[in-house]
Amino acid sequence: MSDILVSEQSAPGSGGSGRPSGRLLEVDDLRVEFRTRDGVAKVINGVTYHVDAGETLAVLGESGSGKSVTAQTIMGILDTPPGFVTGGHVRFHGKDMLRMSAEERRRIRGEGIAMIFQDALSALNPVFTVGFQIAEQFRVRRGLGRAEAKKRAIEMLDQVKIPNAKGRFNNYPHQFSGGMRQRAMIAMSLALDPEVLIADEPTTALDVTVQAQIMDLLAELQRERQMGMILITHDLGVVADVADRIAVMYAGRIVEEADVYDLYAKPAHPYTMGLIDSIPRLDEKGQQLRTIKGLPPNLMNIPPGCPFNPRCPMAQPVCREKVPPLLQVGPARASACHFAEELVNRV
Amino acid sequence: MSENILEVRDLVKHYPVTQGVVFKKTVGQVKAVDGVSFGLRAGETLGVVGESGCGKSTLARVLMNLEKPTAGSVVYKGQDISKLSGGALRRLRRQIQLVMQDPYTSLNPRMTVGDLIGEPFEIHPEVAPRGSRRAKVRELLDLVGLNPEHINRYPHQFSGGQRQRIGIARALALRPEVIVCDEPVSALDVSIQAQVMNLLEKLQSELGLSYIFIAHDLSVVRHLSDRVAVMYLGKIVEIGTEDEIYERPTHPYTQALLSAVPVPDPTQRNNKTIIRLTGDVPSPISPPSGCRFRTRCWKAQEVCAEQVPLLEIRRDSDHPSACHFAERREIVATHEV
Repeated sequence: MSDILVSEQSAPGSGGSGRPSGRLLEVDDLRVEFRTRDGVAKVINGVTYHVDAGETLAVLGESGSGKSVTAQTIMGILDTPPGFVTGGHVRFHGKDMLRMSAEERRRIRGEGIAMIFQDALSALNPVFTVGFQIAEQFRVRRGLGRAEAKKRAIEMLDQVKIPNAKGRFNNYPHQFSGGMRQRAMIAMSLALDPEVLIADEPTTALDVTVQAQIMDLLAELQRERQMGMILITHDLGVVADVADRIAVMYAGRIVEEADVYDLYAKPAHPYTMGLIDSIPRLDEKGQQLRTIKGLPPNLMNIPPGCPFNPRCPMAQPVCREKVPPLLQVGPARASACHFAEELVNRV
Repeated sequence: MSENILEVRDLVKHYPVTQGVVFKKTVGQVKAVDGVSFGLRAGETLGVVGESGCGKSTLARVLMNLEKPTAGSVVYKGQDISKLSGGALRRLRRQIQLVMQDPYTSLNPRMTVGDLIGEPFEIHPEVAPRGSRRAKVRELLDLVGLNPEHINRYPHQFSGGQRQRIGIARALALRPEVIVCDEPVSALDVSIQAQVMNLLEKLQSELGLSYIFIAHDLSVVRHLSDRVAVMYLGKIVEIGTEDEIYERPTHPYTQALLSAVPVPDPTQRNNKTIIRLTGDVPSPISPPSGCRFRTRCWKAQEVCAEQVPLLEIRRDSDHPSACHFAERREIVATHEV
């Protein structure tokens, strides 16, 4: 199976529980910039996070925060040009993927790390049947024959609870509803039994009732397979339901990382605080929503010091001068704010 | 606050489904809106929620008379909008304006902000004489929280939230009484969304506007609305005050919808029961007989297939609910923190 790339790992599929040390997937000080006609946009400015087997890391951020670009870099599907990796590492089982040959990376894709995208309709090929697109992987990567591949593909469709999987095998993507397409894409990405699944806004395009179905399905499959999952989203509600840990991104940096309960109970960064305060909650009808004033920074011209300082209600002179590093502020939590200690210790 | 400024009665909008190129024949109807009635009171916000395909955007288009209804009427202060045309319609349009969802495609990229916001004055010159238009536009920019100095900029120089403010300024230009907002914040980030929602509230209290606020996000709708209508497959299934819908929903669909909304509080993870609906919304071309929700409903009985449940106050419901078995059920995640 995946023995080529995980040769140093203990029994594959055991969830990595017996692995001596090291993370399953680790992003280390990653830097990416987009070189465009109008200038250089520094999209990712030193992102560090990791995910272990069986764990869900939510990467939370607004548009332009760099959360999707990080995922694309991990998968090796960053558009170059305009995107260029200018520094850092992405390690999978300790091996730096950014320094691998294209062939080596290709082998990891699908079997090691797989990804599902927000918009299933544009992620699926409209001129091939859904069944063919899933079966193709078994033929190409596992060397199975047509009939066997088809059987496995139908099994996959069954696993993601597509009713009448056999009959649906020959349907084209446009014949599926939005929720079913998302299921088909999940089936496709899980076909080769990946160790890490990156889900980039998997339910943003879906209705709430369908969203609940898909999130349940993902959680169930993750539990069964002990996959590591990176859930990229802007939805604080979804995150609260499924994440174990959360990394909050702003202007291409991680500004806070914490356990899900700690983060909601006591955010340690003013940006996280602002985000949590600005969601209208179903269970609280207030007068005015507290907002984060201003706009996210222009990535071609990130303000000096802390990138959040122009919008921050707590900003002090030091914030305009020094970039706050992401520092440990408690057990398993970190914040990139000069005043993180005070935020954590407040009552 | 009690007078209905807008009355919608039995509104129906069907789109024909055709086959063939030369000899087109109609083979079916997409029943996008199928018998919707409600009233909008002066100064209130009526929220309309529902999932994609339930007909909420079609409703907005028909309310604005951008589409002629197949049947039914939209009465604004005693005048049926759907029967008007020409000058009379144009005059009436001044009173009802629309804010659209996508601030990226709803603004012409070749027009400056001044032209975009001033365009309504070209069509309705009586509102602002030519000489005073620039000044009016500056006032509007200021009103929606944009810098009046930016009057000569183009849409691409603004962020999504700012563009939505431009859209709102344009809708306000003619001093309307009713604004139909079709998913005005769904394309925006959380932090920006909150800014725009606060702006909408501020404008309402300052200018005495009435809103019809269409959205799929139940928390956003609750935050802004006085009353809420829940739509499913072209029909309103339940309507009531914000409290009645969110605290005491009686229609199974509303209950399921509310239970599925993720609560941004991890400590509630295990305290809530999500009602899991199976399957997808049926096609509006051939909706199920009787109650349209019955194919996904856990309470469905024979009567549901035979009789269309009317939207009326029922025994166990203090507000209109279109379910034969309407009853309260404690499902929404607890409200005490």
